[in-house]
Order: sequence, then structure tokens, then C-alpha cells
Amino acid sequence: MILVKKLVKRFGPLTVLRELDFSVAEGEFVALLGPNGAGKTTLLRILATLSRPTSGLVRIASYQLTQAGPELRAQLGVVSHQPLLYGDLTARENLIFYGKLYGISQERIQEVLELVGLGSRQDDLVRTYSRGMQQRLAIGRAILHNPKILLLDEPHTGLDQEAGEILDRVLQEVALEGRTVVMTSHDLVRAASLATRIDLLSRGKITASTPAQGLSSGDLVDFYRTALAGGRGKA
Amino acid sequence: MLVFSLLVILIFNFALELDLQARTSLSAGILWATFIFAGTIGLNRSLAVEKDRGCLDGLLLAPVDRSVIYFGKAVGNLLFMLIVEAIVLPLFSFLYAFNVFQPGFLLVVLLGSIGYAAVGTLLSTMVVQARTRDILLPILLFPLTLPVVIAAVKGSQGFFQSLPYEEFSVWINILVAYDLIFIAVAMMVFDFVLED
Repeated sequence: MILVKKLVKRFGPLTVLRELDFSVAEGEFVALLGPNGAGKTTLLRILATLSRPTSGLVRIASYQLTQAGPELRAQLGVVSHQPLLYGDLTARENLIFYGKLYGISQERIQEVLELVGLGSRQDDLVRTYSRGMQQRLAIGRAILHNPKILLLDEPHTGLDQEAGEILDRVLQEVALEGRTVVMTSHDLVRAASLATRIDLLSRGKITASTPAQGLSSGDLVDFYRTALAGGRGKA
Repeated sequence: MLVFSLLVILIFNFALELDLQARTSLSAGILWATFIFAGTIGLNRSLAVEKDRGCLDGLLLAPVDRSVIYFGKAVGNLLFMLIVEAIVLPLFSFLYAFNVFQPGFLLVVLLGSIGYAAVGTLLSTMVVQARTRDILLPILLFPLTLPVVIAAVKGSQGFFQSLPYEEFSVWINILVAYDLIFIAVAMMVFDFVLED
């Protein structure tokens, strides 16, 4: 579903992604872990067609990224660091706005609002929402059009326990529906509980990969530290 | 935008004590200076609103050709300018004793506004990521829009001075050409302007 080969991304003199190879099969849920500055957000922005690679091959579904257009973007759902929501609109109005871009019915909008637990607050302005509520609405916006591929950039950041559990439930339902998911995270345990595979991105390259099932917390920490140490060595 | 425009018109009216001849030759410049300054304020705000909460990324993710986003923003900016102009022009007409409700003059206003909004939307998208966008936009915008400002002033002057159309039609032609060229250029480069 996603194929990345020798991907390089530079911002001026700074090379963020260094001939990165990465692939995700259809229906797979990959958690992408790594330290700050490893290139996780940059990789996700490239996959989301928000950033152009310096060089390398990126293929998503059957589309080459350099030829990406509306057909590819229709298959993507993205949750980024910012909520991508208009604060002066209500939750419902935000989803209606995005829904019009994707040709979504009112019934689907109501369904999504209920799914993310915002049915009772749908007519409140988004700027009155807590961080957790905004993030839930952002998830709703991302799944509104039933995308085949979900790209989530640290979706649990800033969420309280309840909001995090709601988000986990939504992501588990999404995964059960067979969507392809790439999620960056700093939360090892949570990532392992949701994902089918964990990749470690360090200094612009994937340095380690492991199936997520059956890993204890200790295994996870060992995996992370070992893989990071290996990544530093390669730098 | 609107309050600023009204203030500028009023300040110019009281600050410059113009006789009839001076008024005829300067009024077009005063009017377009007002429109340009107000338009710049609007341009800065229209993309800043999208950028500050990441909503621009939300638009870029939409399954539409990205030139549609450009047209949407440009039409929005143009509409704001036209609404301000629709309110300012009657006041201008009253203060400066000109009949602004002439079809030819209104066409000049429309063409000038289209050109300014077209280029302004493209440039405001380019500078929206910069911290100094409030300063950067006018610095980039004013040299590029000089042709449309000059042509709009000259065209407006022609109507204010009741000159034969043939004497100032070249300026109308320049406005039309400018609008077409820069709309085409913006459509071609907008994709590259948006991506990191």
C-alpha cells in the first residue's frame, strides 16, 4: 500500500531523511517511533502530500507521489500536530465544511460526531473545546470520508486518560475495518497495543522493525534502546 | 479593512485642501491608495487565519485540484475588496464631488481589484509561513502590483476628467492583460508555493 525507497528530504543544508526505505502492506497498522528530530513528522507530511521529497521513490496505493492528485488525497486521512479545525466554527460546521470537500452526507457527519463522542457538543465553537475534544474532532475529520489510509502524527499528545481511551477505541475500530494506518508516537506501550508492527526511525532512517504482538513493556523498552543505540552508531 | 478605508478617505479629504483642478488630478490616486492599503490588510489576514491553526493543510489535503484553493481564496479576497469599495465609493463621491457610478469607471475598479487580489493571494500564500509576513507581503506585493496600480489610477483619472475613451483605453487594456497573465501564472505555480 505504501512503498518508500531511498527517500531523501533536505531543508536547506539540513538533511532530515537519509535514503529512507519504508513499506506498509494493506491493512497493516504501523507505529513509527523515534526520538525528537528523527524525521517522523517529515515522513508523514511527505506521505500526506504536504511536503515534496528531495529525491527518492514514494508510492501510495497505485500512485507515484510526484504524480499525486485529488484521487490519491481522497484515500488519505491525516491527523497532524495541529487540529486543522476552524475555531470560529462549531464542530458540526467544521465537519460540514470538510464534508463538502469530500462529498459527504449529513448522516455520515452525525455518525462521526457520535463515534468520537462529541454528539452533545456538536453545536459549540471549536475554540471552546479542550485539547482532547479538539483532537477527537480532528480524528473525526480524518475518518469522515472513510479513507483507506490513515496517517496519524502523535495523536495522543496532550490527551487526558478519558480522551486517550476514546481515541484508542476509535483507532481499534478503524484498524478492525482493515484500513492501513501509520502512526507516530512517543508512547511505546500504547503503540504496541494498537499496532501490528513497530518501526524505529532514528536520524532519518528506519533502524529497526518488530512485530508488535506479544511484546511486554520490558521488551519494548529494550527494543527501543537497542535500536536507538544502533542508529547512533550508524550516524 | 472597511474602517481603515473610510479613515484614509476622510483624512485625505481634510489633510489636503484641494482646489477643483488639483482634486481632478489627485482624486484617483487617493482612491486607489485607499483600496491598495485596505486590500493589503485583508490579504494578510485571509491566509493568516488558515495558517495559524493548520487549516491550510486541511485544505491541501482535500481531493481537489490545488488551483481550486487558489481561486477560492482569490475570489474571497476579491469579494472583501469589492465590499469595501462599494461602501467607500459613495463616501468618496460625496466628499470629492465625483460621479463614481459610471459603468466604465466601475469596470476599472473591478479590473484593478481582480489584478490586485490575484497577485496578492499568490504572494500572501508564499509569505504566510514567515514570521515577518506583515512586513514582507507589502514589500513583495507593491513592486509587482505597480502596473495594475498605475493603470487603475490612469484609467480612473480618465473617467474623472471626462477624457475621450481613446486617450486612456490603453490603460484599460493593460489591466485586462495583467489580470489574465497573473491569474495564469498563479494557477501554474500555486502548487509549488504551497508545499514544503
